[in-house]
Amino acid sequence: MIVDLPHYLLLSAVLFVLGFFGVLLRKNTLVIYMCLELMLIAATIALAAFSHFNDTLDGNVFVFFILTIAAAEVAVGLAIIVALFRQRGTVQVEALNHLQH
Amino acid sequence: MANFLFYFFALLALVSAALVVVSKNPVNAALGLLLSLVGVAGLFVLLNAALLAFVLLLVYAGAVVALFLFIIMLLDTRPEQSKPLPRMTLIAATLGGALLVVGVLSLNQRAALSAGGAAVTGPTLKHYAEQLFTTYLLPVQLVGFLLLIAMLGVIVLSKKSDQAEETP
Repeated sequence: MIVDLPHYLLLSAVLFVLGFFGVLLRKNTLVIYMCLELMLIAATIALAAFSHFNDTLDGNVFVFFILTIAAAEVAVGLAIIVALFRQRGTVQVEALNHLQH
Repeated sequence: MANFLFYFFALLALVSAALVVVSKNPVNAALGLLLSLVGVAGLFVLLNAALLAFVLLLVYAGAVVALFLFIIMLLDTRPEQSKPLPRMTLIAATLGGALLVVGVLSLNQRAALSAGGAAVTGPTLKHYAEQLFTTYLLPVQLVGFLLLIAMLGVIVLSKKSDQAEETP
């Protein structure tokens, strides 16, 4: 059985679902951030697979942009988390409910 | 051989991604993310995008995961205690999971994704450079500007919290 485009798409979808459930179910903000990165990575697999099996380069170039933006996002997000920890003393999401109500 | 490699790397990526989601200790989660990235880099090599695999390992495994580990060391690393989830979260998780399962199944059964002939030789750095500096020149400039803004944002964020500590 030859490995084809649907295999890669299925893998990308399953990886995305794993990251999605991690974001939904975990309590630690840092781990939620890692799961967000997993979802971005899943999207890059789909882009690279489409690009390869359709013999174009556009998907790969978009993977470049996704990597750049993910790096910027991680830098800003982790700075926000550190600032939050200095203010509140915790990174557990159930303790960070000061904007509710 | 290529099939075996695909399944090997896919399994590596999926199992270590599951480790990220289920592990109680954030350090274990970060190391799981690292392993998952190695699997994805192997898949990129199989997809004739060795340059992307290289960049992925350099940027993600080299910079992002190291940054995560630094922050975990800085903050508290107590393993989170498992509390029962709120009901709304469970309902949302079930609904979202069902939607995703339907989406994946319909993608695999209905969509006739005809794969064209795959290229024999992968794109080289020259092809990427041609694309990036002709068709995608404006996005490259915008992404550079975004990186500058992100850098400024990080500086401002860390500086403000220092001043907030000094004033009271």
